[in-house]
Amino acid sequence: MPDHHHIDFRNVTVRYGNDIALDGLDFHVRKNTIFGIVGPANSGKTTLLKCINRTIDFTSTASVDGRVRIDGENVREIKNVYSLRRRIGMVFPLPVGLPLSIYENVAYGPRRAGIHDKGQLDEIVERCLKQSVLWDEVKDRLHSLGTKLSGGQQQRLTLARALSLEPEILCLDEFSIAIDPVTTMKIEDVLVNLREKMTIILVTNLIQQAQRIADDMMFLNDSDIVEIGPTAELFANPKHTLTAKYLSGEMG
Amino acid sequence: MADGKTSSIRALGSRLLDRAEPLIKGVIYVSGWSSILFVAAIFFFIFKEAAPVLSSVDWGSFFFENRWIPNPADENKAPSYGAAGIIYGTFAITVVSMLIAMPLGLAAAVYISEFATGKTKEILKILVELLAAIPSIIWGFIGLVIMSPIIQWVFGVEVGVNLFNASLMVAFMAIPLIVSISEDSLRAVPDSYREAALALGASRWEMIYRVLFPAAKNGLLAAAMLGVGRAVGETMAVWMASGGTEQFGLLFDRVKAMTATIASEMKDTAHGDEHYQMLFVIGIVLLIICVIINVLSDLVIKGVKKKHS
Amino acid sequence: MAAPRAQHPFTASSHERTKLFREKVARNLMLVAALALIVPVLAIIVYLFYKASPVLSFSYIIDDPGPMGKSGGIWLPLMGTFYLVLTSLFIVAPIGILAGIYLNEYAPDNWLTRAIGMAVTSLAGVPSIVHAMFGVGAFVAFMKMGESLIAAACTIAVMTIPVIVTATREALAAVPMSFREACWNMGATKWQTTRTIVLPNSVSGILTGVILEVSRAAGETAPILFTGAAASVAINTSSLDRKLVPYDLDDKFMALSYHLYMVADKIAGMPEEMKFGVAAVLIALILSINSVSIALRSWLRSRKKW
Repeated sequence: MPDHHHIDFRNVTVRYGNDIALDGLDFHVRKNTIFGIVGPANSGKTTLLKCINRTIDFTSTASVDGRVRIDGENVREIKNVYSLRRRIGMVFPLPVGLPLSIYENVAYGPRRAGIHDKGQLDEIVERCLKQSVLWDEVKDRLHSLGTKLSGGQQQRLTLARALSLEPEILCLDEFSIAIDPVTTMKIEDVLVNLREKMTIILVTNLIQQAQRIADDMMFLNDSDIVEIGPTAELFANPKHTLTAKYLSGEMG
Repeated sequence: MADGKTSSIRALGSRLLDRAEPLIKGVIYVSGWSSILFVAAIFFFIFKEAAPVLSSVDWGSFFFENRWIPNPADENKAPSYGAAGIIYGTFAITVVSMLIAMPLGLAAAVYISEFATGKTKEILKILVELLAAIPSIIWGFIGLVIMSPIIQWVFGVEVGVNLFNASLMVAFMAIPLIVSISEDSLRAVPDSYREAALALGASRWEMIYRVLFPAAKNGLLAAAMLGVGRAVGETMAVWMASGGTEQFGLLFDRVKAMTATIASEMKDTAHGDEHYQMLFVIGIVLLIICVIINVLSDLVIKGVKKKHS
Repeated sequence: MAAPRAQHPFTASSHERTKLFREKVARNLMLVAALALIVPVLAIIVYLFYKASPVLSFSYIIDDPGPMGKSGGIWLPLMGTFYLVLTSLFIVAPIGILAGIYLNEYAPDNWLTRAIGMAVTSLAGVPSIVHAMFGVGAFVAFMKMGESLIAAACTIAVMTIPVIVTATREALAAVPMSFREACWNMGATKWQTTRTIVLPNSVSGILTGVILEVSRAAGETAPILFTGAAASVAINTSSLDRKLVPYDLDDKFMALSYHLYMVADKIAGMPEEMKFGVAAVLIALILSINSVSIALRSWLRSRKKW
């Protein structure tokens, strides 16, 4: 069912103290699609992602109203929030290599989820590092520290970690900031292939990236949705002048 | 294979530790709260032991009379607990030791923070840290066995264990604390202040006392307060180096401090007699003074940190 | 001879010269102050070891003290200090480390947490003699431990809680927040994150705190005065296991610090070198413990993982 609503936001408002970060968002993401989110800085993109896996709970000043549903299930009502987070892979813009070996970085999530079989872990590590186009660079030094990799490599390591639990949803927040264009293209190819297995939310400041791979797109500005729709349509005839301006690069 | 075995042990350990999470979380919470419990218990027990005598203490005599005679030679006389001389002893040692420690400590802190560089700085900081580690019994020993004859010789006085000796030992104990807190607060002053002052043509020394001291004054105040707290609460060095006579003594006279009184007389009391309870009354006074000083200086330090971050 | 040099435009005026001179004086005065702290102390320590040298030997360490400590060695006080430190560490290390974990990882930002912080500060401020009185009231009398090794160890433990809590808290705070967030994003629980990432990367700092506790516990005298330290004990150390473990938890015990107080102040006709011997051993012990902690700190700083 191509039109299955995998992720569903209903009137979601997030405040940090008195500042509104998201203002009554209503939208849904279809299963097994790539959903692009574009918009200027501080438009609420990262906050939106944090609502999905409820890491927003760790910000003590934040208050969330409205409903986020995954497969029809309200995330607020999920008892085991850890199992929720395991279903969602998350990559934030700043690369974070954990102070563990490269191997253990990728095996971290599976281990916490109770997978300890060496063969199984080896398999996961290799698969994820290949998917994140890091394998060839690190396959001979899997046991050196992940924190000693370059920024771009650490970013791909973060991606590999996010993929390690075979999530049904993958959230990428400006993942390509520290990665060179050639590698970025390779990862984009991987994402297009991964679409068969998972729903991908791609927050990006590269409009062309969204144009290249996103099925649907949302333009977020000032805590609110300006326009949402199939990517091709948004680029071909934007309904909103602000969208047209932003997509053509006239708006900073 | 050994590798397989260790990994399965690891898996088991990891699973056990995860399973135990609710229990561990409980233990962590209880440990976290325990500090409050301990402080409450300290107040409770010090007051509890002093309680029977609290209602009958002659506070006027306690604070203003210098007649501390718990065991009168004449058995028909009632014991007397006028602690003014003892309170004076603590006060005098605190004042004299701070007169020595503050300038020295501050100067050393300025030198370490503003002038010393590289290896010198590292070594000085390590030496100050080691100085802080020397226990009070060692300072008491130095005062009693080494400083006492030196003081007799240098100043030509009869008794070497006196107000000056005890204050000197306490000063040396308080200085590392004063140095490290002052240095922290000087370092917390942004470099832009220094650069601005130097760019305006101030010499480094002018920059330090016109710009750094005012900017760091709260931290320096906290350092002084903690020094005072240390001096008031210090026991062994004060006991061994002060001579132990409750009187309004001058610089080279014997004095006796509150802490030393408790330390020296506790063993002569029976649990629960009046003398024992009066020593706990002194304990209450000490406890309250020192806790107030520490909490206040902590608030001042936190204020400093907030201001600069 | 030489032609008079042209006035250099940047030559100091006389006013500026006094300024520079004053700066030089101030700077040197401060150097003198720094040295005034350190040189006498170093001299005293050297003197201490010089005066102690006649007795310092292997047999001095392993022999029991003679009558009133006027002869013989320091084995019993040394063992007393060792077991006092060990017992207090057993009590305070878990509580202190867990409290540090609570404050840095679990505590919400509310009045209770601030109250706990204030309690830790207060504990650090309570004078050691008041801790001793608390020990008498709470452990010796109320909990009926009597004057004993365990009562003294409990008293020391309460007193040194702030040392370990503060060190643990600082060590945990030095681990970047982003590591924790990365773990949470992968569905790790708070405890899993603490156990697998935060603790392994703050062990060095926590260990420094533990070592400082050991140094404090080994040197303290006032808290053990009325809670269990004894001037002498009647223990026959002829058998090896009694030699190695001279005290039970409910025994009174000798300790180096208290022994030093007794030989230095209380006993007439004490040979000089016997006084200095105890002082030298105690200070050597404490300075080496602290040097270990300083060395450990700089070694671990050099092999930081990020």
